Amino acid sequence: MRLFYAIVISVLFAVPARAEVDIKEVTSPGGLKAWLVEEPSIPFVALEIRFRGGASLDAPDKRGAINLMTALLEEGAADMDARGFARASEALATSFGFDVSDDSLSISARFLTENRDASIALLRAALQEPRFDAEAIERVRGQVLSSIRSDLKDPNNIARETMDQIIYGDHPYATSLNGTLESVAALTRDDLVAAHQAVLARDRIFIGAVGDITPDVLGALVDDLLGDLPATGAAMPPPAEVNIETGVTVVDYATPQSVAIFAQKGLTQKDPDWFAASVMNQILGGGSFESRLMEEVREKRGLTYGVYSYLLPRDLAATYQGSVSSANDRIAQAIDVIRDEWRKMAENGATEEELLNAKTYITGSYPLRFDGNAQIASILVGMQMLDLPIDYIPTRNDKVDAVTLDDVKRVAAELLTPDNMTFVVVGQPEGIESTVAN
Amino acid sequence: MNKFQALLALFGVALAGLAQASENEAVTFFTLENGMDVVVVEDHRAPAVQQMVWYRAGSADEPKGSSGVAHFLEHLLFKATDKMEAGEFSATVAANGGRDNAFTSYDYTAYFQRVAADRLELMMQMESDRMKNIRLTPENISTERDVIIEERNQRTENNPAALFREQKNAAQYLNHRYGTPIIGWMHEMRELDLDDALAFYETYYAPNNAILVVSGDVDPDEVRTLAETYYGPIPANPDLPERIRTQEPPQTAERRLKFKDARVAQPYISRSYLAPERDSGDQETAAALTILAEILGGGTTSYLAEKLQFDTQVVTYSGAFYRGLALDDTTFDVVVVPVPGVTLREAEDAMDAALTSFLEEGVDSEQLERIKMQVRANEIYARDSAEGVANRYGSALAIGLTVEDVQEWPRLLEAVTEEDIIQAARDVFDRKASVTGWLMREEVTQ
Repeated sequence: MRLFYAIVISVLFAVPARAEVDIKEVTSPGGLKAWLVEEPSIPFVALEIRFRGGASLDAPDKRGAINLMTALLEEGAADMDARGFARASEALATSFGFDVSDDSLSISARFLTENRDASIALLRAALQEPRFDAEAIERVRGQVLSSIRSDLKDPNNIARETMDQIIYGDHPYATSLNGTLESVAALTRDDLVAAHQAVLARDRIFIGAVGDITPDVLGALVDDLLGDLPATGAAMPPPAEVNIETGVTVVDYATPQSVAIFAQKGLTQKDPDWFAASVMNQILGGGSFESRLMEEVREKRGLTYGVYSYLLPRDLAATYQGSVSSANDRIAQAIDVIRDEWRKMAENGATEEELLNAKTYITGSYPLRFDGNAQIASILVGMQMLDLPIDYIPTRNDKVDAVTLDDVKRVAAELLTPDNMTFVVVGQPEGIESTVAN
Repeated sequence: MNKFQALLALFGVALAGLAQASENEAVTFFTLENGMDVVVVEDHRAPAVQQMVWYRAGSADEPKGSSGVAHFLEHLLFKATDKMEAGEFSATVAANGGRDNAFTSYDYTAYFQRVAADRLELMMQMESDRMKNIRLTPENISTERDVIIEERNQRTENNPAALFREQKNAAQYLNHRYGTPIIGWMHEMRELDLDDALAFYETYYAPNNAILVVSGDVDPDEVRTLAETYYGPIPANPDLPERIRTQEPPQTAERRLKFKDARVAQPYISRSYLAPERDSGDQETAAALTILAEILGGGTTSYLAEKLQFDTQVVTYSGAFYRGLALDDTTFDVVVVPVPGVTLREAEDAMDAALTSFLEEGVDSEQLERIKMQVRANEIYARDSAEGVANRYGSALAIGLTVEDVQEWPRLLEAVTEEDIIQAARDVFDRKASVTGWLMREEVTQ
């Protein structure tokens, strides 16, 4: 008999006033931890699993191996080839999403209650018994190479890769997780097996489940699904040293609209000033129509369709970045306006009205994120990866509300470096020259 | 084509086809006295609400020469009204912790806000205000016209695949406005003025041409009371034109085009065939075409993948798409992306050989059963997203379908037979009504 003791902590919180989301922490008999929200009203489950490390665990000279390995997890497992696996998944009406980023490999699964066990058996095969058949490797390698070739001609991607090279030096963050045409062409089956062993290990798993499932069933399920993976995988890379070179890098590319990305140093989500910085960013360029950048660049001057700034706190580097696109003969003006706004915020901070509006927006839109089982499962995993407490959700808006005008002014002055920003412009911008050697 | 994001995905919008209505959906429908349709979708799991107002007016309803005015007007609706300053609408939504946006398509324009459930009344007050009371200045026009031109730069001019699609669509439609891009042709966008925008607004923005869809933690009776309070007093437009557009003549000549651009990284072939759309009470053919797209090009187990990616390795990607939610004749699309070393000619021949052999071999009954299993499962999964349900009803009602048509759709999908699919394929694969496009790299001279 399987002894099972789950539910270590259980927290009831409100989103925002009446709806109650009850997060349970489940510890499986095998010792895996999962966060669960039981939602039995619809007979299906959304399960989110992430392995920390992701594509940054690529071995030297094997860039792209983890990405290709991830893409192959659904291309044949156990006694099924790629099509056999796909047919099995369709017959169960289950769906598995396999994705990899610089910081994690994620699995987003959705399955009907009536097909739960068969769906988990299928997913288990994909995670623990991927075949990496030669035929599948070549077929999917072709897809990845096609995607890399497309990226090389995409101005947004050219801008992103150029910026990453400049600011992340020789860290894995500096290069695309897809790898290069050369590195992907050279990958062998052994490289893929090694990539699998590097990433899919028990010491780096985070699990969230939302839907029609009980703690006991979930505990047994995660053991079944993940319990036989190796105890440990590759060591995590060191933090990246962020290098912000002051100036502009222009990448000449024949296209009518220039794409610009800008970057400076940022801060982590563990930083005591995180919420003050978030509120400050909301005011400066945080994605709503009301931000200063949108107001000045788009609404007043019509220089762009969209301009944004965003804090980018990755696991191993924290930066503060933004983007804008304008016709080649207008991008210089757009960048001038952005620089002005950056400086104004650094020197003067925000107004009481801006602070109030930003806080209301951030706190009010928070509950809107909880709008589906998969979205909530993803939030549960994100919280665990940030080491947030299980009772974080009802306290989060208080932290936003606690930000004062002085906090914003101080953080703006400390964080924003209008004299130390890197701009990358891809296109044929008029009136902008490279000042940074690329 | 909303303020931030396009409706049209890379190769089309096929995935929506299998989205389901379900008997478990708590959907209420009624019509106000002024003719405004109202759909309420209840989902009490979280205290949030979404209001959408859909106008039965899109780019295909624009007057000739003013392409892009429907989308331009969508942007201008965020400017001033009698009661609100320019930008105040979105600012108020944001200051109430909500999010708002809008989008324009061929057949409709829609506006939406997502907020805490207790803010619905404020949203209705503002949305009903801008149905009739916008106040535009010449400065609004010139600045916002620059914004939509930058939007076109971003979506289309900077993207050779988008330019290619535009040319291909224009070749597909000989006489119908679906051949004109939603965002507009650049030369006509530059000329759009205040009169163009106001003429479109005054003609089409009226309660008898609108659908209100409220989804989330709401009570249908309360929604009715609020809707009668805010939208009810707005008079219907008695001069609302009947929605009749210039129709396609018989298409009797196959069209072929080559689009070359130095920025093309991955050449591919895209063929569209003129196809019937979903009509009220007459959705059977559209249901068969929806299943046909899945069978031919719905992923790893599809027929085209089997023939072109597995049995032979001539393409990197294959897909088939059908957009049934349209007011007038739509298209069925097939796309193949050849592997390096395979020419576009060879890839197209292989694609045609596969389409021919599919008609000869017929439908794999196990594959059809798996697709129907997914149709049934989607009725369960769909209940997880009230917004998805709201979108489905809004977009269907905006093209003349009824609530009954939406609710009948899953049953029609399940009733599709192998014979229906083959018959639909034989009818739709008419090369005389097709456009074949080659997206190519610009030749580099030595």
